[in-house]
Amino acid sequence: MPEKPKVAFYWCASCGGCEESIVDLAEDILGVVGAVEIVFWPVAMDFKKADVEAIPDGGILVSMINGAVRTSEQEEMAKLLRRKSALVVAYGSCAHMGGIPGLANQFDREQVLRYVYEESPSTKNDAHARPGPVTADEGRTVTLPEFRSMVRTLDQVIPVDYYLPGCPPVPKMLKAALGTLLTGTPPAKGTVLGPDIAMCEECPRKETKPADLAYTTFHRPHEIMADPEKCLLAQGVVCMGPATRGGCGAQCVTGNMPCGGCFGPTSNVRDQGAKILSAISSSLAAKDEGGIDATLASIPDPVGTFYRYGLPGSLLRRKIADHN
Amino acid sequence: MALAALTKETNGWEPRIVAFFCNWCTYTAADLAGVSRLRHAPNARIIRVMCSGRLDPQFVLEAFARGADGVLVGGCHPGDCHYMEGNYKALRRVRLLQRMMKDMGIHEGRFRLEWISASEGEKVKATINDMVARVRELGPLGMPERFARWDEEMESLARTIARGEEAVHA
Repeated sequence: MPEKPKVAFYWCASCGGCEESIVDLAEDILGVVGAVEIVFWPVAMDFKKADVEAIPDGGILVSMINGAVRTSEQEEMAKLLRRKSALVVAYGSCAHMGGIPGLANQFDREQVLRYVYEESPSTKNDAHARPGPVTADEGRTVTLPEFRSMVRTLDQVIPVDYYLPGCPPVPKMLKAALGTLLTGTPPAKGTVLGPDIAMCEECPRKETKPADLAYTTFHRPHEIMADPEKCLLAQGVVCMGPATRGGCGAQCVTGNMPCGGCFGPTSNVRDQGAKILSAISSSLAAKDEGGIDATLASIPDPVGTFYRYGLPGSLLRRKIADHN
Repeated sequence: MALAALTKETNGWEPRIVAFFCNWCTYTAADLAGVSRLRHAPNARIIRVMCSGRLDPQFVLEAFARGADGVLVGGCHPGDCHYMEGNYKALRRVRLLQRMMKDMGIHEGRFRLEWISASEGEKVKATINDMVARVRELGPLGMPERFARWDEEMESLARTIARGEEAVHA
């Protein structure tokens, strides 16, 4: 019997939801396990870094790496898996574009550490202790990975062959992607393994999206009882659908919540946030600065809204902390 | 201000301004400034767009990401748009983009919108000179250099790995 292709899964700065999405294959996972040999999957199986190091370079067919990259350890593991793998897939929004952890790029490193270790309401730390890179304890020395100055996407750290979008990716897309990579003709490097259409195209409320909109105010989801049948944009709720790749089956809208944009943009768009900013703002009713600003004031957090899943992968990558 | 003063170098750095001018008003005004032999600072690279409403906010962010120190947008006065409403769309986009760029830490003086009609060659000159002077005061933004500097922190680990040594995270 010929050797089965080797597959690895790894997580960096992530919540675990991507791992959950693999398990969400349910009984289909048996087919995956039958077709491939899983050689590394820290969340589910007991392999060590040394096991990966023992594999010859390029010996893994595909590594699916989820999570953004924030620490030197994540960098090291990403580089190790890159060397050992013929293909690397950035799995999920965080590896793809930075994801929710990427919102930390609005703050510098010191702000993050100060808040987490000193200022957050549940923290009592009178000694102002911080995790040190090297700590001596009872004659032993322990080291911690370096906490980098910003969050990075996977492709800002290593070359990435394919992207599987979503927070988390939907099981049917993982299944299709594995099928493509294992048996089919692989698509061009750099391809996002999902449909290249806007989310609106598969939205069940598509027919109720008006051709022209004239906003006088916007509502955050908790501020209104949204009509469950009508386009959320038509109800003044900022929905990322027009600037977001489809493939999820409009899950959030089906739950009467606006699209948050986790699938990232289609291949025609470089910067998802700029694109939804353009679509939303151009549809205002006001024509003068005062009126425009008054309407836009009802979007309290443009960066966090438009770049919720993609700040590190955006054109500007992070907030600039110095005066310029 | 004399041209000599406007082009005076600041440690070898010269402000780079990317200017998006609409075909029907501001670009025509820039043309008029040219044939009228009005002299303005040479720091603006003018890109003609059919309408200020064609300005995709991505153009502005990409200009900055590729090394612009300032971005100037010129369109027809309110009510004068060749396409009826394009300049209002530009104004709305620019207001939100200005707010968002401020949140991203980019100084508001680096991104500006002006209404300049086809007959206002003088205003093209004054606007460009004023923008160049203001950006000169702010200094270089240097996004490409920032990107390179930000990623330097990954280099020492990369060198350790390249030498085939065990990485020690400390």
